[in-house]
Order: sequence, then structure tokens, then C-alpha cells
Amino acid sequence: MSDAKMITLTIEGRQVQVAEGTSILEAAKAAGVLVPHYCYHPGLPVAGVCRMCLVEVEKAPKLAPACATAVAEGQVVHVHSGKALEARKGVLEFLLINHPLDCPICDQAGECELQDYTFAEGRSEGRLVEPKRFNPVEDFGGDVLYVPNRCILCTRCVRFMDDVAQEPVLNVSERGDRAVIGKFEGQDLTHPWSGNVVDLCPVGALLSKDFLNKARAWELDRTASVCPNCTQGCNMMVETRDNMVVRLRPRPNDDVNKYFMCDYGRLNYRWMNRSDRLEAPLVRRGDRLAVAEWEAALVAAAKALDGKRVHAVVSPSLSNEALYLVSRLLERREGTGAFRVERGPEAPLPGVEDLALRSDRAANVHGAELLGFRRSDTPMAGLRGGDALLFVDADPGVLDVTDLGRAASVVVIGTTLPEVLRGADVVLPIANMVEEEGTFTNLRGRVQRFLQARAAPGMARPSWWVLGDLLGTMGEPGNYFLASDVFTALAGARAEFAGMSYDTLGLRGLPVMSPAGAR
Amino acid sequence: MGFPHKTHPRETPVLSTHFGDSEARSLSGWRARGGYRALEQALGMAPADIVNVVKDSGLRGRGGAGFPTGLKWSFMKPGDGKPHYLCCNADESEPGTFKDREIMRWTPHSLIEGCAIASYAIGAEICYIYIRGEFTEPLQIVGAALDEAYRDGILGKNAMGTGKRVDVYIHKGAGAYICGEETALMNSIEGRRGNPRIKPPFPAVAGLFGQPTTINNVETLAAVPPILTNGAEWYKGMSLSSPKSTGTKLFSVCGNIARPGNYEVTMGFPFREFLHDICGGARPGHTLKAVIPGGSSVPIQTMQEADATLMDYEGFVATGSMLGSGGVIVFDDSVCMVRMIARLARFYAHESCAQCTQCREGTAWVTKILERIEHGSGTTADLDTLLELSENMTGKTICVLSDSCAAPIVSGIQKFRHEFEAHINGKRCPMRSAAAA
Repeated sequence: MSDAKMITLTIEGRQVQVAEGTSILEAAKAAGVLVPHYCYHPGLPVAGVCRMCLVEVEKAPKLAPACATAVAEGQVVHVHSGKALEARKGVLEFLLINHPLDCPICDQAGECELQDYTFAEGRSEGRLVEPKRFNPVEDFGGDVLYVPNRCILCTRCVRFMDDVAQEPVLNVSERGDRAVIGKFEGQDLTHPWSGNVVDLCPVGALLSKDFLNKARAWELDRTASVCPNCTQGCNMMVETRDNMVVRLRPRPNDDVNKYFMCDYGRLNYRWMNRSDRLEAPLVRRGDRLAVAEWEAALVAAAKALDGKRVHAVVSPSLSNEALYLVSRLLERREGTGAFRVERGPEAPLPGVEDLALRSDRAANVHGAELLGFRRSDTPMAGLRGGDALLFVDADPGVLDVTDLGRAASVVVIGTTLPEVLRGADVVLPIANMVEEEGTFTNLRGRVQRFLQARAAPGMARPSWWVLGDLLGTMGEPGNYFLASDVFTALAGARAEFAGMSYDTLGLRGLPVMSPAGAR
Repeated sequence: MGFPHKTHPRETPVLSTHFGDSEARSLSGWRARGGYRALEQALGMAPADIVNVVKDSGLRGRGGAGFPTGLKWSFMKPGDGKPHYLCCNADESEPGTFKDREIMRWTPHSLIEGCAIASYAIGAEICYIYIRGEFTEPLQIVGAALDEAYRDGILGKNAMGTGKRVDVYIHKGAGAYICGEETALMNSIEGRRGNPRIKPPFPAVAGLFGQPTTINNVETLAAVPPILTNGAEWYKGMSLSSPKSTGTKLFSVCGNIARPGNYEVTMGFPFREFLHDICGGARPGHTLKAVIPGGSSVPIQTMQEADATLMDYEGFVATGSMLGSGGVIVFDDSVCMVRMIARLARFYAHESCAQCTQCREGTAWVTKILERIEHGSGTTADLDTLLELSENMTGKTICVLSDSCAAPIVSGIQKFRHEFEAHINGKRCPMRSAAAA
């Protein structure tokens, strides 16, 4: 930034200084002015075709497309002048003449830029008396449905596939008002990142089959979160309706995922809503597990772990907070901790540096390693005869009954109780990641916060709370009232996290300290 | 000459001297008529000197925009370490224009010579001649001439034995009007969809394959050899009016006129005399009503305006239109202007590349309205809507296709409003009912 030449210009009466080469549209953003636009997207090459962002530049003969016009020293730009408004009104009318105006049955309604700008600046009625153009809905493959009648041909989807996914599948077919988005012969939107075209589409032309007719945009509650489905840590928005997660969408973060999220990540949310959840603490009474009060269960758990060496098998998708507390517990009991990571094929997004669906399909592998847990394909191997087994929401696939036989006692802290763990001594129900607050450390060591998006079932409590209380019951001083309290303790105890707090992390995260003390 | 007619005494044939003379097509025939002397002369000059001669001659782009050719060439910076390209725009897709076709049909070597000189002048080693696909005959003729030129060593790695490389390739278009737009043409050569590009960057900075490129019309390039041979002063001297418009211009005349054809006159020739004297005026029993003087994209002129026009870049602007490509479309009293304008709009709606909203939707919409008026279902409010839509379609898009569609509509409603109103009030086309009766 420092060596870039700075340009000063005035936009809507506000003076703003931006680097040379910046577009008027981006400069206006910096000045706090939104220039209405459709085809422009910061993550895609400039097309300049929707002509919605025309602004009046003093001394210029014609209106200038703000997305494709570079700033110049001393420029005076009017975004809301009469001429610019008239031009936008014209564009909006043109965009709507063949549009079916079917907002009541359109998934995009409520989050549609065509709706928004028409409401703000458009004509109240159209003047077209001729019949509208009609084209049938087309299945684009993958998760994508194309409704050509609603399409405004902004070509964001085409440019995404060409330049970001770098697998040209889409094109503009035909010319004039017959033009539609087409697929190349024999191709489908099967690229692992192609679902992004649905988010990029500013109108209801590209729809997610998964989300089709599921909810109205205004019924959704949106929560900032981090995708837990691989180690990339894409920032995402969890969208819930009536306490059910119905859609995951990318949340922009220039340092991690830009504006994108892979299809695997965005569609792998059903487990967040599963209904076979543990809803109450269970304590062994003879040959069966009986429901117990939290206090009683915590005491029982502390007793089951007491006096024994503890081996913990944890999920690599637990938060840093939960893993830190497990590590404290292991320190008290001179125990060991291990985890296994589920793997799958890696799928990079070629147009963005260092962005991929990673082969490690867990959220916090790096965090678990930083906190002293050992990655292993056989995490149960660390369990010695006479040890207490602490099983924290790990994949039950790592277990077999003979393993359990070696344990002197078994404490399960988890979201569900798999059949193989029915023999546990104590079972403590916890929230899953969308039901609690916490942080993950991604594969590049970036610590990122996620917030609570829905309520946990029954008496289940956040993992940090349960583990904090368990530690307290075991005699550890210190009370944690909030997830941030646990994180503060973690930051104080671990050099990599030194100086971090929820406030400094914000919603975009920070990288952990390297051994040399640099971020 | 007014091919297929004999040269009219008031014409000034320079480019059209050999139209109709099939022997001028061959290399030997062309040489016998003085061909390739200009190229020989040029290859002995410094490129900058050639650019200066063209600058001094006052030659301006003959494709429609009228940009000074020498100035355009001077934008190509020698020694910038990048490959330079020359494109010859032989797409000639503007309705009413067929002058380049005749140049290519009769004197293909004049074009090749012009391309070679221009390539050398701007430091380009490669020139693409982009010929529209429908021009099957010109394609074949230019192709044959090109083969001859290569065989004779005029082109190639060692053009005319001077050690300079000049390669000329023909690229065949596939019939899109928009590919006559310079940046769409470049996209088309590159194998992309023929969509105009946003400017800047201009072709001289980043054109074909992202490299510095100059693009000239066929007529412009064909005018270069005679300028070099006869000198800038000779060319400059050929002007009857404005010193800003020099030389001769080919006009393609079609429509309701006694002798349609290509005519070459000096800049500043009186349009009235051109139409009535050279072209023979109206057909017997008819009177002229209107004229589109520069290809379908320019505003329509009434005969009153046309009669007061001097035929050059400034002259046509002074009377409310433009010289454009020199495609003169003449309408007489048998023509329904509403029908004509609707037909023009339909053409633009069909050819819009679909990038810009105003053009994609606007051209189709105004076509629907115009056709409705023509069929007798229009209202007076439709005329206001048309004018408003035309305003929204003008000056707001990447290229000027949308403006071109709006121009005849606006000028048509302004100048022939009574015809529109007759359709609206009579609920049918008055011309058609007259024919039926």
C-alpha cells in the first residue's frame, strides 16, 4: 500500500483517498457510498455489462461505468445525480420487461438485488404490453438449477467457472434478448466449487436444489461461523429457521476463502440438525445408564477418572476451548490424548491461492496438535490397561469392544451415544459446534471464532462448560462463565495463542504466534 | 466508377478506377496498372516517414468513425518490445454498405498492398484481414491474390527481398454484424465470442491477443498506396469543402434510386447533385422522401436536409446525420417509414451481442413497439415511450450498436411523425391499404 500512488477524489461530496488504479465503484465503497451494480463482483474479473453502475463524472461527456473506470486525481463523482438515477431507472426497467415478476414463489426474494434496487429506484410499473419472453427451467447439474426467465445475464456465473473454478462449463448462448446462460455440450456443473454460482447470482436465476422452496430469506436467522467440514476453515454464515440449520453460505474473508465455499462444505450440514442426540447426563446404575442431574453426573465422572491415568480420544473438530480444557485434565492425570482424522479427496479452487477442500475432513486438526494431542490412525492404542478412557465426541469407528475392556472406567462426553459406548460409566451431553461458541485453528494456524447459531437439545451444555465444570469438580481452581473466559485462559497458558482474545480475533481471525514469536 | 455503371464524368475515381476490369485482379495485371510500386517505395522509407505522409494527407478512417489514420498509426510505439498487429476490417456488415466488397472483388492487390504498407509503418509483422463469411466471392478473390503475392515474394519472411517480415492472413467471419466492431472483431479472431470489449484499454495499447494493434477499414488501407505514390498534397487537394475531410470517398447507393451502385466522389461533393445527377435521381413516377446517408446506424435525413448537404465528415453532421460508412439508403414515396424503421430495429435486435442490458433488452423491445405501431395497434403514448427508451439506449453501453438502433428511431419520429400518427390514428398502415385498394 505504501508504495502505491494515492489518488484523491470526491464521491457524493465525500473526499476519499485510494490507491491508483482503484475503480470508482471500490473507491465509493471506501467513501461509504454504494453504487448499485449487478455484474461487478470483487472476486471476479470486471465485465462492465449490466450498466447499472453508471455514474456521473464531472467533465466527462458520458456516464461512466463505475466498475470499469479507474479513479483520477480530482475527479468529482455523482452517484445519485438526476442523470445517473435516470440511467439506473432505465436499466431496471429493461431488466424487468422480460422478468416474470414471480417474487412470491422465488427463493431469492428477500435477498434479491433486483428487488432491492427496483424498490429503491425503479419505476412503479412497467410499460411492456407485449408478451414476455419465456424459457424453461434447466437442471445445470450439481446442486444448481437455472431459471432463465429471471436471469439478467450479468455473467457472474460464467466468469466464476471460467476464471475462478477454471473449468469453463457455462457460456452465454444466443444473442440479443434470446440470450441465455448455456452449458457446453455434455458438461454439467459438477466442479466441487460450482455451488458458488448460486451465491454469486444477484437474482433468482441460479438456485440451490438443496435449498429449493425450503425457507423464505426473511425467515432466516444468520450467524457468523466457520465451516467445520475440513481444515481450510472457510468463513461461513449459518442460516437457521426455527432452530434448524437450513443453509450454509460463505462469509467473505480475504485471508482464507475470499468469497467462496466448496459444495462439500456447504451441503454437509444435516448432522447439525440430527435428532438422535444426547439430551441428558447419564450415570451407570448397575447394568443400565440412568438419567442424572448435571451435578451428580459431574461428580460421578470425576470419580470415574479419579486416581487413574487418563487416556483421551477426542474429536479433531472440537473447539480450541474444549481441547484446551481436555489438555488441562490430562495434565492433572498425567494422561495422553489422541485423535483420528477422517480423510477424503482434496479439491482446490484454482483461481484462489491456497484455497481447497482439504483432505483432512475435520475443523481443528492443527489446534488439536498445538494443544498436545497426537494424531493417529489408531488413537485407542494409547489406552493402557487400568487407564480411564475419556471419549470426547470422537468417531466411534475408532473403537472396538476389546479396546473398551482394557479401560478401568469410561467417561463419554459427546453429542450422541453410539451403541459401542453403551457400557460407559458416565455420559455427559454436549452441544455441537453450531450450538456453542468457540474457536478453531485452521491448517495455516489461523484462529477463527464461530458463534452459536441454534439452541442445544435438552440439557446438553456447551463442551467448554461441561469440561470446565468437570475440571472444577476434580479440584481445578478457576471458574469459566463464558467461552471467552476459557479462551483467555488458553491465551495466557499457551505461547502460540499469547495476546489473543475474542475481541482481537474479531470475526476474521488471527494467525497463531510462530515459535519465533511472529504472527 | 459507379460500378456496375460506367464512370460518371463528375466522379473522381481513385480506388474505383479498375472496378469492372477483371484483369486488375491478377498480380501481373495489377503490376501493369502500377501496383506494388507504393509498397516498394514504402519499404525504402523509415516507418515514421510513412506515418507522416498519411498524417499530412488528411486520410481519415473510412469505416464510419472518421478517425485520422496517420494519428492512429502514430499511437503504435516502435521498439516497445511487443509484437504489433494490424487488423483489416473487411467485415462490412453495416446495412447499405458494399464498397469494401467491390474493392476486394476487383482490386484485391490494392488492399494487400495497403495492408503491407500499413504493417510496415506500424511495426507489425502480422496482419489479419477479417472478411465476413457471406462474402464468398471476395474471400476467394482475396485468397487467390494473397497466394500470388506470397508466391512472388511480396509477402512473407522476406517481403520484396528487403528482409522485413510482412505476413497477411485472412480470417473468415461467421456472419455477425457486431464483429465489425473493432474489439469484437479482435475477440472473434482470437476464437472468442464476438463481444465488444470495454475501452480503455484501446487497441493501440492492448488489442489483438492483448498486444498493440491498429485496425483499419478496407477502403482506408486501399487508399494508402495511391497516397504514397502521388503524395500527401495530391490527396489533400481533393476536397471541395472542409480541409478536415480530404481525398475521395466511395459511396454505396441502394434503395429507391434510378442507378444504385458504388460511386467515388471527392469529399465535399454536393449530396443533391450526387443523388440526382450521378445516381439518376428517383425512379420514374416517384419522388424521393428520405435518405440514410452513412449506413443504417446514422440518423435519417429528409430530402430537404439531404439537398443542403456537402458530402464530407462535417457536412453530414451539419445537416443532422453522419457520413458513417458511406452506405446511402434512399427511400421514395412508395416506402412506409414506420415499416422501414421497424425493419432496421429488428436487425439490431437480432444482432445485439447481449452484453449490455440497454442493448439486449432495448433493441428487442423497441422492435416490438415499432412492429405493433406498423400493424396499427400503436398509441400516441408509444411514441413517447420509444423516444424515452431511445434516450436510455444512447451513450450508455460498451459499443454503439444500441445507439445505432436508437438513431433512426429518434430521427424517424422527429422527421416523419405524421407517418407514425397516420398508423396510430388509422389503425393500419396507410401505404398497405393504398396498395390493397
